[in-house]
Amino acid sequence: MATQIKVNGQTRDVDAPPDTPLLWVLRDELDMTGTKFGCGVASCGACTVHVDGQPVRSCSTYLEDVVGTEITTIEGIDSPAGKAVQKAWRELDVVQCGYCQSGQIMSAATLLTEVPRPTDADIDAAMSGNVCRCATYHRVRAAIHHAAEIMEG
Amino acid sequence: MTAQTSRRSFLKGAVATGAALIVGVRPNGAFAASAGTAAEINPFVRITPDGVVHVVIKHFEMGQGTTTGLATLVAEELDADWETLAVDLAPGDSNRYANLFFGSQGTGGSTAIANSFMQYRQAGAAARAVLIEAAAETWGVAPETISIEKGVLTDGTNSARFGEILDKAATLTPPAEPALKDPTEFRLIGMDGLPRKDSRGKTEGATTFAMDVRVPGMVTAVILHSPRFGGTLASFDAAGAAGVPGFVDAKALPNGAGVAVYAKNTWAAIQSRDAVTAEWDFSAAENRSTDALFAYHRDLLNAPPTYQTREGADLAATAAAVDGAETVIEAEFLFPHLAHAPMEPLNCVIEPTENGVKFHDGCQFPGITQPVIAQVLGLDAANVEVNTVYAGGSFGRRATPYADYQTEAALAFDMLGRGTPVHLVWTREDDVRGGYYRPMAAHRAKIGVKDGQIVGWDHRIAAKSILKGGPFETVLVHDGVDEVSVEGIKDTHYAIPGLSVGLTDAQSAVPVLWWRSVGHTHTAYAMESLIDMAAEAAGQDPVALRLSLLSGSTDDQKRLTGVLKLATEKAGWGAAPEGRFQGVAVHKSFNSYVAQVVEISVADGAVKTEKVTCAVDCGVAVNPDIIRAQMEGGIGYGLGAIMRNQITLTEGEVDQYNFPDYEPLRMSDMPEIEVHIVASSAPPTGVGEPGVPPVGPALANAIYAATGTRVMQLPMSENGVEFA
Repeated sequence: MATQIKVNGQTRDVDAPPDTPLLWVLRDELDMTGTKFGCGVASCGACTVHVDGQPVRSCSTYLEDVVGTEITTIEGIDSPAGKAVQKAWRELDVVQCGYCQSGQIMSAATLLTEVPRPTDADIDAAMSGNVCRCATYHRVRAAIHHAAEIMEG
Repeated sequence: MTAQTSRRSFLKGAVATGAALIVGVRPNGAFAASAGTAAEINPFVRITPDGVVHVVIKHFEMGQGTTTGLATLVAEELDADWETLAVDLAPGDSNRYANLFFGSQGTGGSTAIANSFMQYRQAGAAARAVLIEAAAETWGVAPETISIEKGVLTDGTNSARFGEILDKAATLTPPAEPALKDPTEFRLIGMDGLPRKDSRGKTEGATTFAMDVRVPGMVTAVILHSPRFGGTLASFDAAGAAGVPGFVDAKALPNGAGVAVYAKNTWAAIQSRDAVTAEWDFSAAENRSTDALFAYHRDLLNAPPTYQTREGADLAATAAAVDGAETVIEAEFLFPHLAHAPMEPLNCVIEPTENGVKFHDGCQFPGITQPVIAQVLGLDAANVEVNTVYAGGSFGRRATPYADYQTEAALAFDMLGRGTPVHLVWTREDDVRGGYYRPMAAHRAKIGVKDGQIVGWDHRIAAKSILKGGPFETVLVHDGVDEVSVEGIKDTHYAIPGLSVGLTDAQSAVPVLWWRSVGHTHTAYAMESLIDMAAEAAGQDPVALRLSLLSGSTDDQKRLTGVLKLATEKAGWGAAPEGRFQGVAVHKSFNSYVAQVVEISVADGAVKTEKVTCAVDCGVAVNPDIIRAQMEGGIGYGLGAIMRNQITLTEGEVDQYNFPDYEPLRMSDMPEIEVHIVASSAPPTGVGEPGVPPVGPALANAIYAATGTRVMQLPMSENGVEFA
């Protein structure tokens, strides 16, 4: 009962029940471990991936829901916004433990794709679903502003 | 804190073409250089034939920046090229990689840089010496003419990268006393903006955490735990799990702690566990509710304390002074249990090896995991290998003195016949409900104020001991006093006349553990709130009273004064903008000194933390940007808990289950933060924890300034404070 899904531009066959969360399809079936398990109840954002460009919590999105979509994970993010975000994150040394950062970066990339010059309020709204227990928020905010500058060139 | 440097003997390794140069401090303190594979000696510095310097990091990385910090020390003395330098996490081996303050391998107490400062510099300097000697012999010049710049040796005429002279260097003996740089020559230590070594992997999703380890044939195990602490399994029924695709088996743990549920993958294991039912024996369990536990702690404060923790404290004199005062402050503070909730839930992988087992673990205490697991499985500790991987946070939770989750993994592995690799995974629910909390604590103080001065202070604390009954008891419990129950008050550097600090241990089956900054999480809150209350009673400004209580001549008092003055000056103490209110706190912990000024606004009764100005004195600032990051993170971590976190029990069962009801600090809660580092040449001290203690009381003091409400029970959101 293999299901076909498209991840980072590649078609993959997945042999898992249709109600399996995308998070576990990625991590345990496809061995793509950049997407993280933090809470399992869509409350922390560590598992954020893009489905057709929109950030979703993969722990609460099911295999059957993503058939026919374009899934992008941290391993495959190569949009201008995604690259700018990764660069800004490194230039400001945002990370501490790093476990939440795949999700932070995926959410930030969408924000910058939709809002090239986000305000602090935009950042609060877009990033409030991404928890960082190391509390790197201060730098996440600064890095999003910095990434916006990078994208403007 | 320095490695032994006097009794050195040196190993001269065999020459091998293309071999790596390995330099390290041997268990006896000696340096050694040899050629060959890494296994034969105790390496901190490895240089591969491609010229890349690998620094072997004996502490685990949970985000605190230790990979960057320890690498900085080696790179400084070696003048290595920072950009190409690699960091390798050391395997579990206390003989080689002990924390010099602990005597075994482990990370905690904000000691990584402090215990390694000289050791890693010396390792870098030893490597430098043999490389320079090798170049000198190769070129036929005097060693003094050779310098190193970003990994390139040169005498002005010749030049070589490290890799080009490795074969030669491997034949040489390092000097008995490798010369260390004078601090004025430092290029990397103290450099602002030296990039973190772990940024790239963590921004690409490429860093391996234990959760990401995949071993062929591995099954996942989750544990059905007792819903009450101290409960034991009576019976279970796994029939419901039989239909879950991927379910493998379910077995009762031999220690009665629960049921191990095995499946082919994580999701199947979680689903299978949901389908298992169990009956429990709660006769020895904690069956009380939080209200009853608080009442019990408060009751303990009514009786004379079991321990008087300050030498020479005269209770009668204190009581007389308080009774004779003009104003008497009586205050009680209550602190809830707190979960650490690191982003990566606890987990580890255990697999069989020829003679034992191998763990893949974000292992904080290999020096405990190895002997504990050896005992559990009847193995030689040397045959319990630990492959330390990156840890997704800890905040103390992975520093388990009992190797609790590794023991679960070992038992689950044993029950499957020791042939199948097992990935033990805790879910967030296991984490929130799993105990090992910051202990509940109650404080009561009676303070006399007369003629504008504190004249007597009777302070009592009731809390469950973290250390008693564990392996650290012999080190940190003195005459019955668990030092971490009273640290921060018992040893205050305020010159307080007539201060007595009593302690009574609470008894409970709720497992407790150190939580980022340990006892200071509650002692600083009580102390720094009370100082503000005393200042008001004495008619003094809170900063002025603190400065007068710190006006003595000890080094601690001077450094506390230094950070207090710096933070208040930078924050514009006493001159808050319209609509803003300030609160201050200053505290020493883990040998570092931190002062913070919190600035809040209040709109429609809702408090918003707008800004925190922080000053820190942690001795030599090895990596200023990481120090800033740790202050920022410590402030955020402390703030979230103070605002709204608590673990509560109803008839022994934890009420919270996951982030929705153990709500972490989020982006919109985070204040602006400004960190100022005091320039210092003192030995480096901790930064992972000391940022936490002051933020709570500074916020409480700001709330009092704004509203006149003194918050004496935490979390604030459950005790009368509304946050924006």
